[in-house]
Amino acid sequence: MATLDITPASQASMQLLRFITCGSVDDGKSTLLGRLLYDTGMVPEDQLAALARDSRKLHADAPDTLDFSLLTDGLDAERQQGITIDVAYRYFHTARRSFIVADCPGHEQYTRNMATGASNAGLAVVLIDARRGVLPQTRRHSYICALMGIRQVVVAVNKMDLVDWREDIYAAIAHEYRELAAQLGIAQVHCLPVVAPSGDNVGTRSARMGWYEGPSLLELLESADVSAMQGAEFRLPVQWVNRPDASFRGYAGTVCGGRVAIGDEVVVQPAMRRARIERIVTADGDLPHASDGQAVTLTLDREIDVSRGDVIADAARPAPVADQFAAHVLWMGDEPLLPNRAYWLKIGTRTVNARVTTIKHKVDVNTQAELAARRLELNEVGYCNIDLDHAIAFESYADNRTLGGFVLIDRQTNATVGCGMLDFALRRAANVHWQHTDLDKQARSLSKGQQARCLWFTGLSGAGKSTIANLVERRLHALGYHTYMLDGDNLRHGLNKDLGFTPEARVENVRRVAEVAHLMVDAGLVVLVCVISPFQSERRFARGRFDEGEFIEVFVDTTLEECERRDPKGLYRKARAGEILNFTGIDSPYEAPEHAELHLRTSGLRPEQLAEQVVEQLLRGMGEDRPHA
Amino acid sequence: MSFLSHLDALEAESIHIFRETAAAFRRPVMLYSIGKDSSVLLHLLRKAFYPAHPPMPLLHVDTTWKFREMIAFRDRVAAAGDVEVLVHINEEGLRQGISPLTHGSAVHTDVMKTAGLKQALDKYGFDAAIGGARRDEEKSRAKERVFSFRNAQHRWDPKHQRPELWHTYNTQIHQGESVRVFPLSNWTEMDVWQYIRRENIPVVPLYFAKPRPVVERDGALIMVDDERFTLRDGETVQMREVRFRTLGCYPLTGAVESTADTLDKVIDEMASSRSSERQGRMIDHDGSASMERKKQEGYF
Repeated sequence: MATLDITPASQASMQLLRFITCGSVDDGKSTLLGRLLYDTGMVPEDQLAALARDSRKLHADAPDTLDFSLLTDGLDAERQQGITIDVAYRYFHTARRSFIVADCPGHEQYTRNMATGASNAGLAVVLIDARRGVLPQTRRHSYICALMGIRQVVVAVNKMDLVDWREDIYAAIAHEYRELAAQLGIAQVHCLPVVAPSGDNVGTRSARMGWYEGPSLLELLESADVSAMQGAEFRLPVQWVNRPDASFRGYAGTVCGGRVAIGDEVVVQPAMRRARIERIVTADGDLPHASDGQAVTLTLDREIDVSRGDVIADAARPAPVADQFAAHVLWMGDEPLLPNRAYWLKIGTRTVNARVTTIKHKVDVNTQAELAARRLELNEVGYCNIDLDHAIAFESYADNRTLGGFVLIDRQTNATVGCGMLDFALRRAANVHWQHTDLDKQARSLSKGQQARCLWFTGLSGAGKSTIANLVERRLHALGYHTYMLDGDNLRHGLNKDLGFTPEARVENVRRVAEVAHLMVDAGLVVLVCVISPFQSERRFARGRFDEGEFIEVFVDTTLEECERRDPKGLYRKARAGEILNFTGIDSPYEAPEHAELHLRTSGLRPEQLAEQVVEQLLRGMGEDRPHA
Repeated sequence: MSFLSHLDALEAESIHIFRETAAAFRRPVMLYSIGKDSSVLLHLLRKAFYPAHPPMPLLHVDTTWKFREMIAFRDRVAAAGDVEVLVHINEEGLRQGISPLTHGSAVHTDVMKTAGLKQALDKYGFDAAIGGARRDEEKSRAKERVFSFRNAQHRWDPKHQRPELWHTYNTQIHQGESVRVFPLSNWTEMDVWQYIRRENIPVVPLYFAKPRPVVERDGALIMVDDERFTLRDGETVQMREVRFRTLGCYPLTGAVESTADTLDKVIDEMASSRSSERQGRMIDHDGSASMERKKQEGYF
């Protein structure tokens, strides 16, 4: 075994390689990683003693053999299950290089962990059990590596001792893997035979496989290409505007591609304002230039509007700007991805509203076959069209991971539910422009002598939404307001007659109603919307279409028992009989509002009283205590 | 092409994390424990926002059992004036007379450190607390996120941590929830010392060897730092040349015998070191995976 000579002096100036390890549960991945740590002298004596003790406890049959997999075990839960269930990061160094390893679990359902580990990695070590060869898992792991932008793979064919050190078996596996890599677009593949527990070809070259003349795993890692995964054009997403006093205004961020120098002309995207770089400020003094990976603060030669989320780019070669994209999305949420549902999308330092408008197909991660899909479940990959509420500066993921990779965040739970890799902007985004008109909402509502509003009635079927809204509209009309009522049932006879009642269809239903209401508010009207709108996230989407104070959510709160008792359309009876599926309250959920502007508890009150509460709330919000004449 | 050295790459990543925290949270704070990792954190905090002063205060949760040299060091940091240093003591614990000598490490840590930290976070309404924990310190930390989500009760749930991709951190939280942020996640102990040397960062002198009064207790060398320390039968105070690899409450922190009295010697000693950093900490020996349990309860 080699104990490497680590001289601290050389260590301070060496480079960093981030890589991931992937393999199936029994491929011996933990053992290989443990062995690497051991061979590089990373296991201190007290841990080694603990390892010997634990090894004896677990393997009474071989009391003198160290079980290196124990070095990389983590949480209690997984120790009991004997498998790794989350990405764990390990650190080691040699005289030449410092390494960060993302130890990625091989278990079937943890695709998302592998994507996480791969996102920052420049290389993947793929383990294959020599007895089993290239498995569906091998293909899946390699596909995810390729999807996440890894272009360098080291294939460690493990357990060679169990196939009698046979070269032909190794060669067949290596050949099969190279074919797979070519299909997946992985440019660089190195294969080598190893035995992890005994360290053959791990830290040092093995004497037991004379037919293999290549480098050991450690030598491969030490010589692998560590150039960045970013493009050649200068880009810096602004993280923080640094303004200690009136005399200094700097834009702090990490360069994600290319290089910038003092005097360079840059453009601030997406607004495309131009300026020149005045200073490149760091706490260690100003720099003449800065390049990929450096965290700096830039000052510009003129005052222009720059905020967090903007991208400062090379003016001669700016990033494309768009609001509609094609992208691969890997879904990580427990709830499925539904087309047209609104999520937060964070890319670089910018967070915007996003919807997946179309799932063009999903990709079978085992075979890469393209399948039709209406939703994406946990650990599924889909090729999707994405629509943002703001245009952003971006890059194709293949060119720039920072400006091409994004995460999707659930607006209700704040969980990270997906990640995506941008491919290209959709053409129609570039060709469909917003036509500005001279008259605006304010002018239109002013001519009606009112303020435009959207009253959004939500509640169970039969709760009384339409009854109350109808009374409210009559009252407002009598007071001289210009109104319009959008009733969910009525809209399903026309605009929404192509939609059913699945969760996907409900999301789209509410989206269309919200957009129509938005147009009518823009026309200056007071709009009354009556839709069950059972999901929080769609109501939030609707709210997001309106200006502050314009949207008034009215929760018509009638108990399910009462609605069922009334059953004005006989729908509950049919739902209970199983004649209608996906009926809210019966076999489809209703998520009650938590922050509605008005919570109408209907029990014991007449519709007229409830309508009066709505009118009062509306007028109070307009600053009109008394109705105008 | 990336030609950054590994220390430059780690520094840039940490600065990025500091800036992201300052930009995305209403009321961030940096937890300051006075040790070497805190010294590095403070240095990075200043760098991240230069030429402005750091836009967040430091918080020291004082268990009242820190080494006197640590407190003196902390007070010098506060005197620099560019950053506000808040000190919080769990007064309730103090009234109960909680002490590591009489109550043991588990109770003392739980009351004075874990509960004290929660009190302080609630008192000031901090929604992001930056700490110096590193993934290489301990097995259960190898899977910790850079932005580690805590519910309104400050609990950490290993099953509900958010996947973290690239350097695109999800910083969205609801009212009452918070995150712990670990800018040094990817640093090793060696990186920390290399960086301290390169950047000439001041650290508490206890890290360097010097003759100090110590007592051998339960296999560890405990320094007698003040008059509250009581000798058990058979114990004697000896002067030995020792230093500390980590710093905490003095009755709970074991010294190591060493002649490394300069930074270069400390780094050389570590390069040939045969024991792990946290060996000197009593808290880790409470049972297998004890750190993981402590994290779930809200210990940093």
